[in-house]
Amino acid sequence: MAQAAAETTASRPLRPWLSPLNQRRLQNFRANRRGYWSLWIFLLLFVLSLFSELIANDKPIIASYKGEILFPVLVAYPEEKFGGFYAVTDYRDPVIQDEINANGWMIWPPVRYSYQTVNNAIPEAAPAKPSWLYDKKARCSQYPQGAADPNCNIGNWNWLGTDDQARDVLARVLYGFRISVLFGLILTLGSSLIGVAAGAVQGYFGGWTDLLFQRFIEIWSAIPVLYLLLIISAILPPGFFILLGLMLLFSWVALVGVVRAEFLRARNFEYVNAARALGVPNLTIMFRHLLPNAMVATLTFLPFLLSGSISTLTSLDYLGFGLPPGSASLGELLKQAQRNLNAPWLGISGFIVISLMLSLLVFIGEATRDAFDPRKTFR
Amino acid sequence: MSEPLLSVRDLSVAFAQGGNQSMAVDHISFDIAKGATLALVGESGSGKSVSALSVLKLLPYPAASHPSGKILFHGSNLLAMGEKALRGVRGNKITMIFQEPMTSLNPLHTIEQQIVEVLKLHQGLGDRQARARTLELLNEVGIREPEKRLDAYPHQLSGGQRQRVMIAMALANEPELLIADEPTTALDVTVQAQILELLAGLKSRKGMSMLFITHDLGIVRKIADRVCVMTKGRIVETGPTQEIFANPQHAYTKHLLAAEPKGKPPAANAAAKAVMTGKEIKVWFPIKRGFFRRTVDHVKAVDGIDVTVRAGQTLGVVGESGSGKTTLGLALARMISSRGAINFNGRDINQLSFSAMRPLRRELQIVFQDPFGSLSPRMSVAEIIEEGLKIHEPKLSPDERDDKVVDVLKEVGLDPETRHRYPHEFSGGQRQRVAIARAMVLNPRFVMLDEPTSALDMSVQAQVVDLLRNLQARHNLAYLFISHDLKVIRALANDVIVMRNGQIVEAGPSEQIFSSPQTDYTRALMAAAFKIETAPSGVVSE
Repeated sequence: MAQAAAETTASRPLRPWLSPLNQRRLQNFRANRRGYWSLWIFLLLFVLSLFSELIANDKPIIASYKGEILFPVLVAYPEEKFGGFYAVTDYRDPVIQDEINANGWMIWPPVRYSYQTVNNAIPEAAPAKPSWLYDKKARCSQYPQGAADPNCNIGNWNWLGTDDQARDVLARVLYGFRISVLFGLILTLGSSLIGVAAGAVQGYFGGWTDLLFQRFIEIWSAIPVLYLLLIISAILPPGFFILLGLMLLFSWVALVGVVRAEFLRARNFEYVNAARALGVPNLTIMFRHLLPNAMVATLTFLPFLLSGSISTLTSLDYLGFGLPPGSASLGELLKQAQRNLNAPWLGISGFIVISLMLSLLVFIGEATRDAFDPRKTFR
Repeated sequence: MSEPLLSVRDLSVAFAQGGNQSMAVDHISFDIAKGATLALVGESGSGKSVSALSVLKLLPYPAASHPSGKILFHGSNLLAMGEKALRGVRGNKITMIFQEPMTSLNPLHTIEQQIVEVLKLHQGLGDRQARARTLELLNEVGIREPEKRLDAYPHQLSGGQRQRVMIAMALANEPELLIADEPTTALDVTVQAQILELLAGLKSRKGMSMLFITHDLGIVRKIADRVCVMTKGRIVETGPTQEIFANPQHAYTKHLLAAEPKGKPPAANAAAKAVMTGKEIKVWFPIKRGFFRRTVDHVKAVDGIDVTVRAGQTLGVVGESGSGKTTLGLALARMISSRGAINFNGRDINQLSFSAMRPLRRELQIVFQDPFGSLSPRMSVAEIIEEGLKIHEPKLSPDERDDKVVDVLKEVGLDPETRHRYPHEFSGGQRQRVAIARAMVLNPRFVMLDEPTSALDMSVQAQVVDLLRNLQARHNLAYLFISHDLKVIRALANDVIVMRNGQIVEAGPSEQIFSSPQTDYTRALMAAAFKIETAPSGVVSE
């Protein structure tokens, strides 16, 4: 019995998890060293930024207070717990720090600022230079105990300086990177879902469906998005999801063209006709036989859509119509840089982060496009 | 013997593919004397086209490379020639015509523009001279009323006319060598006969040499002086045409020569149950004109045809391309809408909706012409075959489905172990077997076969014909067999209808039609198919 079972499993070999075609594509993608490394660097940065709270925060990661293990990053403990009376604990307050250190210990993140934390001990008027540009005396001049102050340590350095509200630029860049990439990813995902569905329906059914839809898209994409955003931001409070929804309303159009063309081309393929002759329903044909054709074009477009969405968000923030004031945003950093030309660290940090992020995405996109190109040969 | 015009010595062609080299052509040598025709014969994948393309260095370099050999044309090595010197030879001394005349002409330019371009480029003629020469060339290749055709676009011409234009372009510079890469494969048999006659005539009039590439031995016998038989990148036999046909030495040549569809169709049986009958089938496509797109006329693709297909019998539908035979088949299978009564299994199905048709689809299957196009490249063979089962027998467990797939693959003569592979790993014949298996797994009663053998090599055609005949006998299937190839029809069909312009020209038992055809049209089709001879003008299309 067991033998028979073993035989049947042997005669039904497992399929490799990737089809030969996709294996070849993966190989081609790897062959493009620049794109391949860009992907890893980007993934590393993105995963790191997802854990920004553990890297740059104004709360300790773990603290032990009177024998109790606390997680201030995850749980908001009232100050009462440490003998104070505020509803929210300010762990940067020397009094609280002394209290906790006297009754236990605490582990700080490498950077002791969140994106909204104001550094009250900057050596000169905001925007302050990166801490490593001051000597120890100047750096600690504003702390109560001067150079001997326990808080004048490397964790409280402003590695990239502060902005004009004395907030740490490194923390803001880190959080800003995360929100930009997340915004881009969600927007890209949403717009490709809608775009592919719309393109598929148009291409597959053709005729009047196609004609009417196409005219609608032409009118729709003629609406000036920026003005609309200006008007809407006057009515609705600007926020992450409102902005996302507004952008989504217009960005789905980008993919319709390619997907529609692929479906139009492929719907008369003989294997599609063969599937019709087998009695396969329309929806199944679209998913199983036509969508894989369109996926190549879609996947090729996605990284560029992603970088496009990110730069749109950045420019909206720069113009002041983006995320609400106070949020960590790269566009806002650029705006500050433009207002404070005497503080070049603002502009340089913003420029490097944005250009690094966009270049990485474009390199990845380029490698993806080449990997899916059947005519491309690599040696 | 005088110095040969073209002399290929020890030529090899290798393709780099993901790091490893595959040899497409392996140390071949042949000569073409002045004024002679050499045929390279072989099945697809034998390397015959690659050899021909390397003569003009038209391969995708650097993916392709020549590890060895030289190609001497008038004593100078073409492979060592620079790109500039080569351009002087290409299209000038050596020209080429390709298989697919639709795609080798630019669809956006008129015939005149395309021929004049060649003349101006290579001979530096002025506008008026070039136009005169174009007319002369079109006359030469037998295009009637060339003045009217000058402004035509490629899509306005028939396949045969397009191939004639291609030949005119190839002749424009009075080449010494014409390379013809399967110039008639995409054409009807009747048109094929016309084109071959034209090529043979031009060759003798102009004293050109010709390198003719084909898989069809019938054509070789007709046109070539010498033959090289190629298989797997090697030339296995070479010699004068007569000798090769009379006394083939190599096993592969014998195999090719023996590869004709053979055997007899099932005996006609008028008492067998009629599975599919069509009465007065009409498929008219409206021609719309004007601002309001009013229908002014119709293209009558199928115009009032009666058919009856009986269980265990085959109805052959023959006719040149554009005669409406495929449209008729598609109408009967309800893939396109038509007027008239279609009675399947005693039920009128022409009024049924798409969803009402779905349960019937199982008994009414189609096998398409092109096994490369009809199998989805992204699905494994098992997935392709079980797709229909999933719809029509949704209750089957995956294992039961798999068993059915294995059974049907055995039945069509494929190794069931290969079912997890993808279509591109199979040859054309094997793919067509997969397409047949996909239809057969549903146990149909009626199968429409739309030129299932046209895209296949000769020897594979014979095998597919045998397979179809066996399946028919075993399952008592009713076939509607559409083909322009009368050899295949003769081997399979017991009843034949001959179609032209959407109407029946002749119908009856196949023996009667083959032994005593009544109309000129049928006779012309048969002469073209069996003897590769042309008919007097006007009987068939160009």
